[in-house]
Amino acid sequence: MTSRRCILLSVVLLWCITHASSEKQLKITEDKNKPPTDVDRSLSEKSPEGQLHAQKSEETRDTSKAEPDQAEKAKSEKQFASKEADVNRDDISDQQGKGVNDEAEFKRPLAKDQFQEELVIKPLPSGDIYSSFQFRTRWDIDFFQPGKKVSHYRLFPKSLGQLISKFSVRELHISFTQGYWRTMQWGQPFLPAPPGAELWVWFQDTVTDVDGAWKELTNVISGIFCASLNFIDTTNTVQPTASFRSLGVGNVTDQKFLRYALLPREIVCTENLTPWKKLLPCGSKAGLAVLLKSEKLFHSSFFSQAVHIRPICQDWQCRTMAWELRQTLNVVFDLYTTGQNKKEWSLFKMFSRTLTEACPLASSSKVYIDVTDNPQGELFELHPSSATLNQAVVLGDRRTYAVYDLKMMDTFGSLRTLNIVLRWKTSSGADMLRPLLHGERYVAGYGLQTGEIHTLISNNHPYRAFPVLLLDVVPWYLRMYIHTLIVTSKALPNKPSYIHYQPSKDRVRPHLLEMLIQLPPNSVTEVTVQFERALLKWTEYTPDPNHGLYVGSSVISGLVPSVVAMDTNSSQEYPLFSTFFPCKEESSYFVRVYTEPLLVNLPTPDFSMPYNVICLTCTVVAVGYGSLYNLLTRTFQVEEPSPGLVKRLANVIRYFRGVPPL
Amino acid sequence: MGLLSDPNRRRALTTLLTRLNTPLCVVCYLAGVAWFMGLAFQPFTLRTYMSENAMGSTMVEEHFPAGERALAMGREFSAHKKQAGGMPVDWLVKAMQAKGLEVFTQSFSRTLPFPDENKERYMVRGTNVYGILRAPRAPRTESLVFSAPCSPQGNDQAVGLLLGLAQYFRGQIYWAKDIIFLVNEHDLIGMQAWLEGYHHTNSTGMSWTPLHGRGGSIQAALTLELSSDVITSLDLVLEGLNGQLPNLDLANLFYAFCQKINVLCTIQGKLQRNDWDSVAGYSHAVQTMLLMVLKQASGRPWGDHGLFLRYHVEAATIRGINSFRQYKTDATTVGRLIEGMYRKLNNLLERLHQSYFFYLLPSLSHFVSIGYYMPAFGLLILIPLLRALDLWVQLEGAAPAAVDGLVDGEQPSSPGFLSVMTPVVISHLTGVALYTLPVLAQQAAVEHFPVSETEAVVLTAIAIYTAGLALPHNTHRVLSGQGTEEGWRVLKLVAVLYMAVLLACTALINFSLGFILALTLVPVAAFITPHVPRIPSALAMVLLSPACTLLFSVFVYQELQETPVSLLDGWSLFLSVISQGILDHNLYGSLVYPLISLLVYPCWLLLWNILFWK
Repeated sequence: MTSRRCILLSVVLLWCITHASSEKQLKITEDKNKPPTDVDRSLSEKSPEGQLHAQKSEETRDTSKAEPDQAEKAKSEKQFASKEADVNRDDISDQQGKGVNDEAEFKRPLAKDQFQEELVIKPLPSGDIYSSFQFRTRWDIDFFQPGKKVSHYRLFPKSLGQLISKFSVRELHISFTQGYWRTMQWGQPFLPAPPGAELWVWFQDTVTDVDGAWKELTNVISGIFCASLNFIDTTNTVQPTASFRSLGVGNVTDQKFLRYALLPREIVCTENLTPWKKLLPCGSKAGLAVLLKSEKLFHSSFFSQAVHIRPICQDWQCRTMAWELRQTLNVVFDLYTTGQNKKEWSLFKMFSRTLTEACPLASSSKVYIDVTDNPQGELFELHPSSATLNQAVVLGDRRTYAVYDLKMMDTFGSLRTLNIVLRWKTSSGADMLRPLLHGERYVAGYGLQTGEIHTLISNNHPYRAFPVLLLDVVPWYLRMYIHTLIVTSKALPNKPSYIHYQPSKDRVRPHLLEMLIQLPPNSVTEVTVQFERALLKWTEYTPDPNHGLYVGSSVISGLVPSVVAMDTNSSQEYPLFSTFFPCKEESSYFVRVYTEPLLVNLPTPDFSMPYNVICLTCTVVAVGYGSLYNLLTRTFQVEEPSPGLVKRLANVIRYFRGVPPL
Repeated sequence: MGLLSDPNRRRALTTLLTRLNTPLCVVCYLAGVAWFMGLAFQPFTLRTYMSENAMGSTMVEEHFPAGERALAMGREFSAHKKQAGGMPVDWLVKAMQAKGLEVFTQSFSRTLPFPDENKERYMVRGTNVYGILRAPRAPRTESLVFSAPCSPQGNDQAVGLLLGLAQYFRGQIYWAKDIIFLVNEHDLIGMQAWLEGYHHTNSTGMSWTPLHGRGGSIQAALTLELSSDVITSLDLVLEGLNGQLPNLDLANLFYAFCQKINVLCTIQGKLQRNDWDSVAGYSHAVQTMLLMVLKQASGRPWGDHGLFLRYHVEAATIRGINSFRQYKTDATTVGRLIEGMYRKLNNLLERLHQSYFFYLLPSLSHFVSIGYYMPAFGLLILIPLLRALDLWVQLEGAAPAAVDGLVDGEQPSSPGFLSVMTPVVISHLTGVALYTLPVLAQQAAVEHFPVSETEAVVLTAIAIYTAGLALPHNTHRVLSGQGTEEGWRVLKLVAVLYMAVLLACTALINFSLGFILALTLVPVAAFITPHVPRIPSALAMVLLSPACTLLFSVFVYQELQETPVSLLDGWSLFLSVISQGILDHNLYGSLVYPLISLLVYPCWLLLWNILFWK
């Protein structure tokens, strides 16, 4: 009965999503069903927007069901795009799921806002340590209720709340990253981010002047985070059609309301971290945030901080909206350089702080340590060991986590402090990983006139092909020859099923290239396009012109088949009845991969004294050459002096007389 | 310019120019040569100084401690190399991985157009191994390259030091650019394969497997060659492909660190002397500069760094030399020197661009910039221009005479387009034959003569070159009419202007080559007419032809290297230089061979034609 209802519910919900999902429709479906049982609730609670989970389990039917409805827009790209967005949500909800599993979670506090914090520490295959902080503030309020102005703030930062209401923001994602995520060494990150600053915003469909709002918004955010986001203008803003779908509730697909910009050169440092920390309810005074000491965080291999704001459903019925603010901070510490070659790590060594309490305002506060590779403790030793183990499917892989709940007093032990120590037992130089989806990009060729951008996308799955979306934003000063665009896989041409190309306009807007490419299994797909380097006006060069100009990362997004689904030998650990049919929920997951940014040298004049000398010399040579050329080509004749008046008169007379003139 | 537009003054000026033409030419020639020799005189040159602010005042300290360990690693590498009979790929990959680098390999293969007898190779197959040290919090946009060739004879110490430095660098936190540690097999061929793979170009028809790891745009590169545990001095090699030079700041950086760490440093293998005012000191500087000119003129890469320059990567080779001097430097010191250089290069905010790209070095502490050496060439190139002016005036004077003589002359259109174009076309066709035939015809030559492939190529080249000397007679057989007085003047005018443009363009790209060619070709161009005594002039022309210039250069080079050779050895060296030139062109894209065969040689043939004008 339960399962039948679940399917019915999910089918209806799916129908609602594929159509413009208004809340009214949701209400009708809710009326049809009986009040949900606890099982249902827990299912829906897992994901921020209740209906999605159910939809996920129905993905097999998704295409068949959706197709008749979408007959008018039956383009496979669009389907892909919407699916991708949905699973993107799942992706995040999976991570969320780690933290929300506990029963205590469901006793919702009376206050309409709540705050959760968590830290995931993952020893990476390369021996580095990946720490990922997530702080989630959720507020059950609608900023855009007509006639009601939100003015009383508690946990939600006022600066961001005001920003949402002033600019009618539907969704905002901003990340500041220093360093490049090394997929080949570290695997996939929980939240990918490109080097530099990335900002993408969905505006409400009530906004009329989106460009104006975007311009103002970037300047305001620039002020909030002390970053140079004011360099975002039309020359680096694009409106991707498929790569960046909204992650929150609602179904806006018109990219008119989307703006995406990337500043690859933005340098991230403490001045960006401090305002970010101030957005937290406890600041850096208590809870996990005490670990965020900038001198340690910036002594690392990778640092990324991000803010994600999106609307979510208040409850599983989704009658009213709530807002979610997620602040994330990812950092990878290098064991080798900072640890004097000793593979031993502790919270204190990483952050020069230990944990003593949870943030008093937080409803949950947890530390997770990934112990998947270490079931019997043969790889490393964890101290103090945690009694609670938690399993979750993260990025398509079944992981086991040791959980430390900071809300429990016994976590801190007798010393009233928690310092988790990780001691490696073996020291092995790890081989390169083969992540299922991997991207790489470089500039080919030499000389300052032309060049070629190569983007390599590898699908390392042994037998499954899957499609990915490639988004390339190239500044106007690289004039792309789009007719030279070639996509090859395994030395055969690979025709993208969807290409969206928006040509650049000099000094106005960049090139935008979006493609849907099918990646054959176990292959490398190469996308090449040639370009010509433009000669800039002399005021357009940066103060360091010989450094080169940056081209932002290209974005590869796709649904990647999950490792769990690949694994057929897991039956020893899991009940047999659960493993016959591949579980659809875990069969594929959303991954976004950013390639490295490019540094391209443009033809640059020598902005120094010799340059002036050359200009001057050229002028002199030109003048000299001009006169010489003049002399060489002109024929000279000795001109007779004009005859005097008397002589002319005499000639006239002689003419009449018929005598030859003088 | 009113001076020239006045016909009377103009006439006076032209008569002056025509009358004084020969003395003017002689003066120009002598002045040009004297100017060039004066460049090595220290008071006329500038002291080198660091232009790049990012590398100038910033302090770096060198702490590299592990020279001994590096040498031990080098010995281990040597043992594995012997075992593997080539590059010990697996061992090297493991060793680099153990140092914490991202390691990648690239295999390549190349069949040479004909066997290289100097290095004894024909079908080349090898593997490059490189490891990338990723800079923390850097987005993979910039990198530095440190390479050591894996050669069958020696250089193990360099690889050991490379590994030692990689290990040491891995523990440092200040890197802002990725550092690529590259061990390339088969010296330049491996380097060419790696660079082509890195930039995904293929200009020479080599086959290589694509690279999988990159570090963005390469900012600078150093190549290390060490073949003994201790060294007495470090030699800096700058000359790259086609005479390209790295930015002078790279040389300055090396010099500054040698001074700081107290290592003897040389350039062209010559130590610096302090007695510039003595004759010996001056001649030492001249020798150093001449060596640089000769090396640059050869257009070949004189170290593995030479191929980087095409990709606008500033690069140099540092070569350790162990002579019988008392004062020895150990590997730790060399390691510290390289560490210091990399730390400074790491500080770079922009590519090296502040200092000069065109320079000559009479010593490491003094340099001659393009503004100083170009006048020497300018004076030489003035001679053909003066000659051309003279001819032009003569032709103009003759033209009215021809108009007068039209009544009696059955002569077809006096200078005759055909009579000028025929020698031009024929001599260029000879040039094309010289360029293409040696490699194409090697098979046939080997079948018919008892010679090896390499000899076949070289001897074919020489044969075609010599056969070209018989052309004037054949050209005239093709021509319908007899050569007229005016005909050779027009031809000479064309030839002289052609030469002037050719040499000027060459000198802009590769000053040394242009200057050496001008030194020999300009006198030929200046004095040659059909009326000079034929036998001695022909002898002089042959002696001043491009091939003989090359032969002299070989002898002069050996003399300057203080390894004089006998005539016979010189001749065999000359042959090998020709084969190397052809190989350089085919393997790395050096332009000297095509330049000589397709342009300079035909130009010289035109002048040769004039001598035998009937």
